[in-house]
Amino acid sequence: MRKIRTYKDVTHDTGSGLLEQVVDQQHRLADRLALVRSVVAVASGKGGVGKSAITANLAAALAGRGLAVGAVDADLNGPSLARMLGVSGARLADRASGVEPAESPSGVRVMSMEFLQQEEDAPLRWREPEMGRFIWQSTLETGVLREFLGDVEWGELDVLLVDVPPGTDKIARLLELVPELDLMLMVTTPSETSRFVVSKSVRMAREAAVGTVALVANMVGHTCPECGHVSELFMGDGVKRLEEESGVPVWAQIPFDPRFGAATDSGTPLVITDPDVPSCRAILALADRVEEQIGIRGRDAVERVGS
Amino acid sequence: MKFLCVECDKVMDFAERQIPGDGTLAAVFTCGSCDREIAMLTNPMETQLISSLGVKIGGREVPAQPMELARTSLEGGRDDAFVLSEDIPLASGESATPGEGASAGTATVGRIVWTPEATGRLERVPSFVRGMVKRIYTDWAREKGVSEITPESMDRARTELGLEGM
Repeated sequence: MRKIRTYKDVTHDTGSGLLEQVVDQQHRLADRLALVRSVVAVASGKGGVGKSAITANLAAALAGRGLAVGAVDADLNGPSLARMLGVSGARLADRASGVEPAESPSGVRVMSMEFLQQEEDAPLRWREPEMGRFIWQSTLETGVLREFLGDVEWGELDVLLVDVPPGTDKIARLLELVPELDLMLMVTTPSETSRFVVSKSVRMAREAAVGTVALVANMVGHTCPECGHVSELFMGDGVKRLEEESGVPVWAQIPFDPRFGAATDSGTPLVITDPDVPSCRAILALADRVEEQIGIRGRDAVERVGS
Repeated sequence: MKFLCVECDKVMDFAERQIPGDGTLAAVFTCGSCDREIAMLTNPMETQLISSLGVKIGGREVPAQPMELARTSLEGGRDDAFVLSEDIPLASGESATPGEGASAGTATVGRIVWTPEATGRLERVPSFVRGMVKRIYTDWAREKGVSEITPESMDRARTELGLEGM
């Protein structure tokens, strides 16, 4: 039988240019993110834990401190970040060098699939063909996320927050695009189910050598707005267990507050209008931690540029 | 993806790309030793997979445009998602909006004019991708030294740039 050489054995360039184009895409993304001091993912792996609301409030809190903040809604199929930051329906300036992001009233630069869809209630659909959708859809959506990160004129940012949709595969997708992620905030709740799912994401982040991983515990008890009594929403001790088992620190414990969700739904993060309620104090404390983390990196970046 | 001429044990070189229809992508490769040609044909699903990577077999005639993949792939793109910014025309003195005159004092050497017929044709392009398409035609015209864009020159650009569907 004839022995056929392997792909790697064949070093001659075919002239089809595919590899060069992929490398070019990577360079464009890297060039764009070179102006961003820190990329911070807000992830979980679990759905319904409040990632987007936390991202919106954290972004607004950081922007309120004078930081240049961007926020990417990586949830292409269920975008919500633009709505939560009050920029629904924004139009994007189309420039040769990139697309200008929308800017929220709180000063956050935002990119979301919501800006691109004509009908509010239309599910995300890609052009034909229907056949074999499962094969190419993930590739396409990774490419579109790459464009959200790399084809948007973010300018110089102190922090770019990425709201990552549920599923560890979505975390992997982001890590494929931004392998040197500075910080990943893992949002969880006290429930055992949440601990079970989030532990997988924590492991993935650690194996990918993400700079820093921290837990954000959401819906940790409910403070009665009338009497101040704190009641538990979940019976489990999933957060404590996750922290102990993974060794990942908890940076914030955010109590449930219906006003938090209501304000975010209205497009004005509660941290702007009511920063003294317990949930917002927790967000502001989280912003302190994030700022501390990226502040060090920021100084490093300035020194590198100046050297 | 590489094609090896087994007879010559040589890698075949990319020669030509065509989109003959039915979602087929045809890429022709030639053996530099024996001149044998083969055509790789992809089915619609395979064509879509390549397209989803944001790459073109045989290389790009025009640089990748911002958000090109999203704009060309999304079904139901919002009509007014993008605002044509001032730098869209690229060529000095050209108007930002199809059919709109250049502002006073900006008409200079190198201005590229769109005829009403070409403008009408451009306006039939969905607005979701119109800015991107206009930029591609304008860049082509400037590179070729074409001062006036007509439907005929648009056809020529399409052929030269492989802009099927634009």
